[in-house]
Amino acid sequence: MSEKPDVLQGTLALMVLKTLDVLGPLHGYGIARRIEQISGDLLALNQGTLYPLLLKLEHEGAIASEWGASENNRRAHFYRLTRAGHKQLQAETRDWEQTAAIIARFFEVKAEDLS
Amino acid sequence: MKFLLRFFVRLSNFTTGRRADRRLREEMEEHLALQVDENLRAGMTPAEARRQAVLKFGSVERIREEYHSEQSLPFIENLLRDLRYAMRQLANSPGFAIIAILTMALGIGATTAIYSVVDATLLHPLPYPHPEQLVRIEDDLPGVGARDIGLSVPEWKDFQRSGIFQYVSVEGSGSVNLTGSSQPARIIFKPVAPTYFAVLGVKPELGRVFNPDDQTPGFNLEVVISDGLWKRDFGADPHILGRSLRLDNDVYHVVGVMPAGFHDQGRTTDERNTELWAAAGFSAAPTPPPVRSSRFIPGAIARLAPGLTIAAAQSRLDALVASLKKQFPADYPPESAWNVRLVPLSETVVGNVRQPLMLLLGAVGLVLLIGCVNVANLLLARASARGREMAIRQALGAAKTRLIRQLLTESLLLSVLGGIAGLGILFCTKKLLLQMVPSTLPRLNDISISWGVLTFALGVSVIAGAFFGLAPALQAGRLDPSHMLRQEGRGSKGSRSQTRTRSILVVTEFALSLVLMIAAGLLLRSFWDLFKVRLGFDPENVMAVRLWLPVPNDPTTDIYGSAAKEAPFIREIMHRGQSLPGVTEIAVGSLQSIPLNHDRNLITLALEGSDRRSNLQHQVQGSSVTPEYFQLLGIPLLRGRLFTNADNENAPNVAVINEAFARTWWPNDDPLGKRIKLGRAPASWTTVAGVVADARTESLEDASTPQVYLSSYQRTDKELAIFLRGRLDPGAIPEQARALVQSIDPELPVFGAKRLPDVVSGSLAQRRFSMETVLLFALTALLLAGIGIYGTISYVVSERTRDIGVRIALGASRTSILQMVLRQGLGLAIAGATVGLLGALVVSHLMAGLLYGVSPNDPVTFAGVTLVLTTVALAACYIPARRAMSVDPIVALRYE
Repeated sequence: MSEKPDVLQGTLALMVLKTLDVLGPLHGYGIARRIEQISGDLLALNQGTLYPLLLKLEHEGAIASEWGASENNRRAHFYRLTRAGHKQLQAETRDWEQTAAIIARFFEVKAEDLS
Repeated sequence: MKFLLRFFVRLSNFTTGRRADRRLREEMEEHLALQVDENLRAGMTPAEARRQAVLKFGSVERIREEYHSEQSLPFIENLLRDLRYAMRQLANSPGFAIIAILTMALGIGATTAIYSVVDATLLHPLPYPHPEQLVRIEDDLPGVGARDIGLSVPEWKDFQRSGIFQYVSVEGSGSVNLTGSSQPARIIFKPVAPTYFAVLGVKPELGRVFNPDDQTPGFNLEVVISDGLWKRDFGADPHILGRSLRLDNDVYHVVGVMPAGFHDQGRTTDERNTELWAAAGFSAAPTPPPVRSSRFIPGAIARLAPGLTIAAAQSRLDALVASLKKQFPADYPPESAWNVRLVPLSETVVGNVRQPLMLLLGAVGLVLLIGCVNVANLLLARASARGREMAIRQALGAAKTRLIRQLLTESLLLSVLGGIAGLGILFCTKKLLLQMVPSTLPRLNDISISWGVLTFALGVSVIAGAFFGLAPALQAGRLDPSHMLRQEGRGSKGSRSQTRTRSILVVTEFALSLVLMIAAGLLLRSFWDLFKVRLGFDPENVMAVRLWLPVPNDPTTDIYGSAAKEAPFIREIMHRGQSLPGVTEIAVGSLQSIPLNHDRNLITLALEGSDRRSNLQHQVQGSSVTPEYFQLLGIPLLRGRLFTNADNENAPNVAVINEAFARTWWPNDDPLGKRIKLGRAPASWTTVAGVVADARTESLEDASTPQVYLSSYQRTDKELAIFLRGRLDPGAIPEQARALVQSIDPELPVFGAKRLPDVVSGSLAQRRFSMETVLLFALTALLLAGIGIYGTISYVVSERTRDIGVRIALGASRTSILQMVLRQGLGLAIAGATVGLLGALVVSHLMAGLLYGVSPNDPVTFAGVTLVLTTVALAACYIPARRAMSVDPIVALRYE
């Protein structure tokens, strides 16, 4: 089994924000599950590490949380994107796409293009 | 922004102690439950489903820790934990804690006290806006060796027009008689130009200041008064503006009251306590005609044009001076080499206290340093006792940085507690301490424990704590736990490197206290020499009281306007004064004749026949006195004759000079019969009639200042002093003298009664203060150094108990053991003394300006102090040495 890539803190935050943006309010397990599904089990993620990150995002005002009932009727903490979080997501998405485009261009370049 | 937001949420969580543990636990439970459900759906057994869920979740402990540190501020939490621990540690050894805290309280308290003086004087010498723009303008005639000779009105106007300054103001100083209320009062008064307050840039509390564009040639009859005068004499009357005051028989109107915090600038304490300002153009009566050669204005201050540095202003001023010299060659002969100097105004206010204050700050800094070294020593001793604890904690996995941080927290706590205690002591003793400060110190009233001073105290505490905590902390950081734990088993307590560190600390301490002791010794010798100096006059049983004769603006109304008018008044005082109770002798003189009065009283001097041009001026200390003055003060006549009552307003002018005068200007000739001209105004020739012995009436430091005395009956001095000798009642004299003077002229105030012995000792006040303070610091340092060496040698002895026991068992004599220990102490003392002597040489040369009659290398002081210090060191070693001598070899060996 090959090593799964680690998730960078910033990337994980972006994933969380995007997930909440797409799916609306979710509890921690839902977010973790969703990230796992989309990344296709390619990421090595200790699901627990999500919680300190959620707390940090909440402190930063990007997300808000409240108690609610989960699908199996247990008390669960639901997270949702705030307006500030929405803006942050947009800005970070733009940044990310830009970075990705630049990196992509580097990969496209062949030796003869540079001569 | 985001970071700040996050920080505030965390800070608020931290301060409110909000915990998120429950929330996390619930969330984790929920998470795991959902995962287990999912796993079960995937067909796992319940046990496997749970195991997989937990595995996937990751390390719960780590997540909880991360979560927690995100929730709150772990750095501060650790700090608080360390602080709590440190508190417990200190409470466990109260003896150590008290000694360490007291040492630091002493050091920090004393340093803060001195700093508060430095803060008020040197750092904030001028309580005016943009003080860096303020300068004093001084005229010099280096060609004849005259400095700061004053300036003339045309020169002032030239400076004002030059564009170098925003405003230039001339200033005088003096008294004025305020009459009209129950008692005539003498007010300290400053005649200024209308631009004066514009130069200083200060606003009044009530009313207005003078209009800087006022062009009135004489006094414009407006006065501004101080807050003190307003409250004292006018009961803080809110309708004071426009009220008329009779000052020296002229009627003025109050136009403004300065705020309570306003203090005037000036070179003397009197000037800085000015209570009344009147503006004049100095171009009409009562001042002499405004011609270039008449430099009757004592001084000028100015505010530089914005953006101009003093150096730039000086070079522009030099150009102006050069062109003026060309334009008026008759007024500025090349031989006199007239030039004009700009001096920062702050310099003229605090220039002469800078060196003593820096000395005190340095001295108190050394005491603090020695205190730190002592506490470091104590901490080291404790560290060696706690070595085992540290080793175990390290072995159990505590990070070295964490241990160092904890030890530093402990020492910081000690020093901050010490600082707080020091400040507490300072607050309680503030009144007492301020009384010790000589009253001649500028800005004395502004000395306070301000925020700046508090910040300083806190800063010093932290730095001191870090400083003395560093050695033990680093020592702990270097510990090798396995070695330490093994060593502990054998019972030996410290390491060689520890002993070395402690020895270095003791040597430092010794060196520092030697420097302080030598500084104190030199100051003490200077003071003693001055104290014992032969005065040349006898101040015992003499009192002086002062009075001021009014100078009305219209000279024709001046009832004391000429020698012929003033002489009868003086004769009347002499006559009636004989009958005062207890008085056996009486004399009258000008203000300048009061010995050791610190007003400048240089008068210009021209010698007949010796100058090529009559306006080439020398300067000399001059005063006028009645014939009885010399007899009363015991100044002996050497040649010629003293004044007699016949040297009066109708007789030709005569002068009496002192030996130094004769030596300076007629080294090879007989001075008797020589003629001189004195004063700025065109005067007639004065003939030298006698020579008296030199007396230190100008300054205690200077044995021979040239002086000339004139006959009071031939002069028109406005500031007079009455000298009384006899069995006087100092409490009654002011009233008796007032009654005496007012029986002749009821409008004259009498003030400033002083015993001459007090004046003499008062002139030493600043020196006494420096000397006593440094001496106190030096003794403190000596005590601390003694304790330090005692502690170290005791430690060495207890560490070597076994070694000593073996030696004794092998037949070493007890005396040789005693010698061995003493030798060790002596070694430390000698090493410290060597370093200290070098340091002391540097310091003593830096403070050479403060010494009198003793060389900065004075061998007696150096040798004596070294001897004292070595004796103290040996005495401090003797106690542990005795203990070493009485070691019982059996006990010592079994003890291991």
